[in-house]
Amino acid sequence: MNAPVKIETTLKDWETDQEVRWCPGCGDYAILKAVQRTLPQLGSDPANTVFISGIGCSSRFPYYIESYGFHTIHGRAPAVATGVKLANPDLDVWLVTGDGDGLSIGGNHMMHVLRRNVNMQIMLFNNEIYGLTKGQYSPTSREGTRTPTSPIGSVDHPANPCAFALGSGARFVGRGIDVSKNLPDVLNAAHAHQGAAFVEIFQNCIVYNKDVFDAFAAPKGAEGQQLWLADGEPMLFDKGEKGLAFDAENLHFTVVDVVDGDWQAAGVRVHNVKNRVMAHLLAELPFGEFPMPLGVLYDDPAPTYESAVIAEREASVSGKEANLAKLLSGGQTWTVDGTAADPV
Amino acid sequence: MATQAPAASTDSSPTPDAIVVRFAGDSGDGMQLTGGQFTLSTALAGNDLATFPDFPAEIRAPQGTLFGVSAFQINFGSRAINTAGDAPDVLVAMNPAALKVNLPALKPGGLVIVDTGEFTKRNLDKAKYDASPLDDDTLAPFDVLAFDISARTLEAVEPFGLGKKDGLRCKNMWTLGLALWMFDRPREPLHDWLNRKFAKAPDIAAANIAALDAGHAYGETAELSAPLKQVHLPPAPSEPGLYRTITGAEAVSLGLVAGAQLAELPMFFGGYPITPASAILHHLARLKEYGVTTFQAEDEIAAVCAAIGASYAGQLGVTSSSGPGIALKTEALGLGIMTELPLVVVNSQRGGPSTGLPTKTEQSDLYQAVYGRNGDAPMPVIAARSPGDAFEVAIEACRLAVKYMTPVMLLTDGYIANAAEPWKVPDPSSFEPFPAKFLTEPRGEVLEPYKRNENGSRPWIKPGTPHMMHRIGGIEKDATTGNISYDPANHQLMTDTRRDKIANIPVPDQEVAFGETTGKLAVVGWGSTYGPIKQAVRRSIDKGCSVSHIHIRHIWPLPKNLGELLSGFDRVLVPEMNTGQLKTVLRDQLLVDAESLTKTSGQPFQIAELEEAICAYFDGVKGNEGGEVQANEQQLPSPVESE
Repeated sequence: MNAPVKIETTLKDWETDQEVRWCPGCGDYAILKAVQRTLPQLGSDPANTVFISGIGCSSRFPYYIESYGFHTIHGRAPAVATGVKLANPDLDVWLVTGDGDGLSIGGNHMMHVLRRNVNMQIMLFNNEIYGLTKGQYSPTSREGTRTPTSPIGSVDHPANPCAFALGSGARFVGRGIDVSKNLPDVLNAAHAHQGAAFVEIFQNCIVYNKDVFDAFAAPKGAEGQQLWLADGEPMLFDKGEKGLAFDAENLHFTVVDVVDGDWQAAGVRVHNVKNRVMAHLLAELPFGEFPMPLGVLYDDPAPTYESAVIAEREASVSGKEANLAKLLSGGQTWTVDGTAADPV
Repeated sequence: MATQAPAASTDSSPTPDAIVVRFAGDSGDGMQLTGGQFTLSTALAGNDLATFPDFPAEIRAPQGTLFGVSAFQINFGSRAINTAGDAPDVLVAMNPAALKVNLPALKPGGLVIVDTGEFTKRNLDKAKYDASPLDDDTLAPFDVLAFDISARTLEAVEPFGLGKKDGLRCKNMWTLGLALWMFDRPREPLHDWLNRKFAKAPDIAAANIAALDAGHAYGETAELSAPLKQVHLPPAPSEPGLYRTITGAEAVSLGLVAGAQLAELPMFFGGYPITPASAILHHLARLKEYGVTTFQAEDEIAAVCAAIGASYAGQLGVTSSSGPGIALKTEALGLGIMTELPLVVVNSQRGGPSTGLPTKTEQSDLYQAVYGRNGDAPMPVIAARSPGDAFEVAIEACRLAVKYMTPVMLLTDGYIANAAEPWKVPDPSSFEPFPAKFLTEPRGEVLEPYKRNENGSRPWIKPGTPHMMHRIGGIEKDATTGNISYDPANHQLMTDTRRDKIANIPVPDQEVAFGETTGKLAVVGWGSTYGPIKQAVRRSIDKGCSVSHIHIRHIWPLPKNLGELLSGFDRVLVPEMNTGQLKTVLRDQLLVDAESLTKTSGQPFQIAELEEAICAYFDGVKGNEGGEVQANEQQLPSPVESE
């Protein structure tokens, strides 16, 4: 695989001539801008970049990015993207999916792209609802969500996307919010990670599940409920006045008050992106009692799938020649000569 | 001399020109291995041959049971062989269950060889025999060679210190040794093979060789005691050249490799294990040096989607499965059709809906291939007629996919996938290359990813190509820009365009496989019915019937001349291993009054049953009764045929 050449672009270079057709006020607009802001920061080359999506509101994304794009079928984007990466590992692949596409109909493919560790960025827009099919409950909808298919409230227990990703063997798990100014930082980190980088983005569906994340994502007043994680930094939130300490005996976090910025005295734990056990605990931290952990929960690279495939191919091909005539005449053969037309 | 066909067991009867042998035993008895090695020795002896492995879906069914019986039939001769044969002349039955299941097929007067060592009370009970068939008149119509093969095998391997259990595992080699003697075959290739196979366990190799030799020696010493006699079949006439045996699964794999090379593309093969298609994935996984990447996906859907992704990125995407897997891939095939990307889809058909009969053969996925997708989603469908033919058909599938930017369905079946036949090794340089072309520069001011060439194909633009960025997807797209379009007139245009692109693919004119180009009856087949239809038609012609055999490779689109060709016949009969699917397509497309002859038993057609059906169309001509089929066949001349 060749080292990517960095290209200078601006946000405008990543806009297509297509009319964006999300509902006015949809969180997808903010994510689109965040991505278009991130790509120039990465030095990405539009000709070498591919956005691949499944089906759903989120999956219209590729039409609005001036790069190569493939809008596939419901849930199958990870499989298509795996084929693309195996055919051309040099391509920079971004996968765009949603909670329904990526965790319901495509949950199987999501699990396998993560455990294989195919090198790509996976953005899962989580709005806890089916938007494009007009508002049915999704695998991340909270219990009791009232929708046309659950008129007296859903009884399904919701899936936790980051916990699912970790459970599937993901080596990078991040979280962001559509309107957050920090989203490009999470995407930058995901891109820097070699391997499957899973990013859950809380996205506000203003038509079918409006403001469902307000408790921590509202533009004003909820910041105190956001815990932005940074490697090597203490887990502080609410303007540094609170932090997470770890109860080693009972294996769970506790919220502690930090007085005068002395987080050490309060026993606040320092975030280590390579600690897989902590990443699991952070992904599952119950919101309400705890803040919402955001940023990079886990980042510990491992060899990518395509590099292993290439290495295996190189090892098995070395010293062998691709001689089709020889291949066709493989195994035990016999010759019928020109005179054998009559039985002997 | 009972090994002779037909039934006559007198020493004065002439040497037959074809013999059918069936090896049958418990699924753990190694019958497929025995059959495979006997096939190789037959091929090396220069006989033409066709085989029919018939095994249960269970890997190791409970020992001695009727449903655990595994059989391998081979028809070989000194003339051209098209089928695995109707009724065996020789049945080797390794236990009571194998005898019970296979005896009804044995030709009257045929030879049955049984291992008395397995005819215990327990095994007889499992086979639901009230009394031993060796003691009553069950075997009266046959010549019988019954002796304790188990004991003789243990005797032969005794010096190698194997326990009873391991020693008995050499029974199949003992039996093979006897079969080698019966048909005058050298043992050396088998010795070499056993030494190679058990290179790491020389004792096992030596024991198996001893068993093989002992079986062979038994034949020699027992020759004087009828009914065992040695038969030598001279080599079959065939075109000069280099030959090997090949199964359909091997031929498809090699054809795909050749097709990708002719297209000058690396191949990406996405697969998911399923019987009987897995063998293709197994073969290709070992051919990395030919630019083949194999991907064992998490499911059938991922297998086809990854292949589509690879095609999008500029490789030749291929996926393979059997009917249930093809059903799962169907939505993705629509995506391939909508985005107009090359894709080869191999369907090794098997029996029945759902899991059906996974190890048995059928041709019941024709509707699925031709009609079975949502929306108007046409794709070319082609079918292989024999194991060797699958090579050429696979190349043709690659050519169509690349040239017309479309998914292509290649139909084989369980019979073709597993059966072996001698194959004249082709010269790869004899195939016309069809190099794929990628569009690397815009053709005007605007990039038009859906603007078509003279074949109706859109350009193939690989991601990574500078200045050619564009978006594709499953939503209907504008006829030139490829951008999303819900415009009613555009959808009409695109639907028509997709239909016409496939409908207008030039397909070679349909030829008559056997017989005259006009006449009273056309027997129209497709796929693996080729062999039995051809033989049945040949015999019927010899009896004076005005009948011809037409065998269709290109099923969608059909050859343009097919309607006219069929109009030259009074009646059209379509034998199929389904409930009449090609018949429906022919009626639909050609308004021809095609009639069905159907069979869905999981077994290939027998020549006799086809001949019977053909003869029903001709007053005063009778079909053959089962036992006489071979006799009639032997009176026929043996034209040199190339497969």
